[in-house]
Amino acid sequence: MYKNLRWKLLTIVVVIAVFFTVGVYPLMADHFHWPLPAALKAHSLKLGLDLKGGVQLELRVNTDDALRITTTSTSEQLRDSLKNSNTAYGNITVAAPTTFRVEGIPQDRDSAFRTAADEIATNYDRNPQGAGTYEFRMKPTVERDLREQAVDQTLQTIDRRVNELGVTEPQIARQPQNDQIIVQLPGVSDVAHAKDIIGKTAILEFKLVEAGPGTKDDLLKQYNGTLPGDMEMVPGSATTAGEPASVFYVVRKIATVTGQDLRLAKPGLDENNQPAVHFELKSAGAQKFGKLSGENIGRYLAIVLDNRIISAPRLEGRITDQGRISGGFTAESANDLALTLRSGSLPASLTYLSETVVGPSLGADSIRAGVIASFVGLLLIMAFMLIYYKLSGINAIVALVANLVILLGLMAYIGAVMTLPGIAGFVLTMGVGVDSNVLIFERIKEELAAQRGVRAAINAGFSRVFLTLLDTHVASLISALFLFQFGTGPIRGFATTLSIGLFVNLFTSIFVSKALYEFELSKRQVPALSI
Amino acid sequence: MHIFKNPNFDFIRWKWHAIALSWVIILIGAIGIWTKGMPKGVEFSGGTIVIVKFDQQPDLDKIRASLPGGGANAIVQQYGDPTQKQVMIRVHSAGAETGAELSATADQVTKSLGQAGLAQITGHCLNASATNCIAGTEIIGPTVGQELQSRGIMATVFALAGILVYIAFRFRFSFAVGAVVATIHDLLITLAFLALFKYELSLNVIAALLTITGYSMNDTIVIYDRVRENMRQMRRDDIASVVNAAVNQMLDRTMITGGLTLLSVIALYFFGGEVLKGFAFTMIVGIITGTYSSVFIAAAIVVIWQGRKPLKVAPAAPAATARKSGKRARAS
Repeated sequence: MYKNLRWKLLTIVVVIAVFFTVGVYPLMADHFHWPLPAALKAHSLKLGLDLKGGVQLELRVNTDDALRITTTSTSEQLRDSLKNSNTAYGNITVAAPTTFRVEGIPQDRDSAFRTAADEIATNYDRNPQGAGTYEFRMKPTVERDLREQAVDQTLQTIDRRVNELGVTEPQIARQPQNDQIIVQLPGVSDVAHAKDIIGKTAILEFKLVEAGPGTKDDLLKQYNGTLPGDMEMVPGSATTAGEPASVFYVVRKIATVTGQDLRLAKPGLDENNQPAVHFELKSAGAQKFGKLSGENIGRYLAIVLDNRIISAPRLEGRITDQGRISGGFTAESANDLALTLRSGSLPASLTYLSETVVGPSLGADSIRAGVIASFVGLLLIMAFMLIYYKLSGINAIVALVANLVILLGLMAYIGAVMTLPGIAGFVLTMGVGVDSNVLIFERIKEELAAQRGVRAAINAGFSRVFLTLLDTHVASLISALFLFQFGTGPIRGFATTLSIGLFVNLFTSIFVSKALYEFELSKRQVPALSI
Repeated sequence: MHIFKNPNFDFIRWKWHAIALSWVIILIGAIGIWTKGMPKGVEFSGGTIVIVKFDQQPDLDKIRASLPGGGANAIVQQYGDPTQKQVMIRVHSAGAETGAELSATADQVTKSLGQAGLAQITGHCLNASATNCIAGTEIIGPTVGQELQSRGIMATVFALAGILVYIAFRFRFSFAVGAVVATIHDLLITLAFLALFKYELSLNVIAALLTITGYSMNDTIVIYDRVRENMRQMRRDDIASVVNAAVNQMLDRTMITGGLTLLSVIALYFFGGEVLKGFAFTMIVGIITGTYSSVFIAAAIVVIWQGRKPLKVAPAAPAATARKSGKRARAS
């Protein structure tokens, strides 16, 4: 009758041994400083940020910025082709991130305007508004793609920056279906610096200076109150950070060379031994830069970072593939700027929505408290099971311990993250595991009370309770799955632990517990069951 | 060993009393929440928490007085074990959600501690033994808070709907209604207790509430399962006796499971640390009310619903059950 028993027991021993090695031994080795093979270490249980300490930043990508950049450059492109086709126009203004307006097209040039505008018709819809005014609106599909791209590109840039910072095992993930990104930096405590590095847009542009420096009013006066359409006013760097700038420059709107042309950026010193950032350009960028600097010797070139002029040196000669940015850097800020330039600019600015810092002591406290609570709970349950169910209690304890060992092992193996609520899920799994055993034992007791033989009582107990367990576990799984679906971070950890725990529990309470009974029954004719 | 030797209590007789008692508790809780509002954790309301580790035992009142605005709306309390000299300062506001402004309030809090001469906070603690530093911060802007709130509600609604469908499919519709009403009852009772004991609705508490959903269902299904089994064997009895028999047969199991799970969450309450306190408290209340509601609400609703109709064998009895019980009938 029990011919498969040997295999069943062997399976149980192997399963427990394997999961113990994967899930429990690495934790013990870590705590007691035992040797740990690298293969096991790579797979050891991952701890959430709330347990190991670190910084979590939740941020939103202001994708409107990226749209506005595209809309602006498209409007400039149109301006260029209008100029080339000698079409007169009044005004070109960017009205919103996705729209710009062209005003004052003379009636007789309307068809020429339409031809020029056809160039950008793939991305923008043209809406005539009468009296020579047109509104161009970005197509919805283009808008959606651009927003997607902006978030993805931000994600990649942040990833590069975080890696340059030298954080181990950073997690940078996009929230599904929106423009939010969660950045987790384990072990980092200097939030301000991390935020600074991550959030710097770092859009670097080289633009020719047309006028300045001077105050806003003085510069405007030079142009009789209104700047030409292809020029813009940019503030110079403030003498103290955070203060509004006092000097302004008038520069060309279009930047010939931008940060995208950079091949390399590294901190260094300038001729006065002040910190500076050295850069090298890619070949295409070098060509453009050579042309720009060669044609404009004697003029000033503004180095614009995030819409602020860092410095505006005079072009002394033709510059091709190398250059230097200097202007009031400290060694650290030069280093940071080089880092952000290397990792590329962000396509849009960022807004921080939440920030959480778990210091090293808080995480350690949480782990200690969680482990103690789990052990106290486990011991209390074990003691009760032994007293109340006598020898059958051992059966329940083996099943329970197997449950927890397999749970830890599985979590480590699949790379699930253990969080503080996860520990609570762990404790709850113990409760569910005990419930399964109690259900089975109480049923066996009932069957025994109905004058059934030991063997029949045990079989009936397991087979009858199986359906109950199936129903309860499926119902619990349903709620755990929704918890996972709608939860974030630590709560997901809880749902993960609970779900895996439920699956494992079905195995241990049915398979393991029953095999142990069968083992007991196979040895001899059991006259009475210790339950 | 038995807790109850052949129990034969008439639980169903007390159903209306029990329902009345539940209503009273829920109403008290509702009035409490109505008048004083349900306190929400920063995760939901948005705000700033700064946990500061001092080098000597600080005076909480002085800390409060040093805060901007005299700490009118702030919560200042000991965090964790007193020997750790940690204080949690919570302000109901965060910096603006523009750029990196979010942490402005937190910076203000630490600055004001220094200005009041309490401690010069040097920044975040770099290791576990550092003092006069920030052990942890949690700053949540309003956007995230609102999102979490709607997510929590969605999770609860979907979980309940999913379970309603599952139980209706496995048992009868009246059973499903009973189980869902019992679970909503448990959530309301637990919320009432949370409000009375001034626990905040934090993310961990929401997790506990959802766990209670699962636990309450678990308990209810175990009883239902026995009711379903009894319905086939006690065809001549009315539904009240069938349910009563089931509850009595499962009484030992109900007490043991409820008691042991309660033991482990009580361990969590006392040893699980500061962060899990709210979670553990919610679980303690939830387990007690979940056990109570599976008898007095879930089973009672089945009795009230089925009471006027003749008792029929479940039409969609799963094949496996039918076969098993058939075998048993032959054996005896």
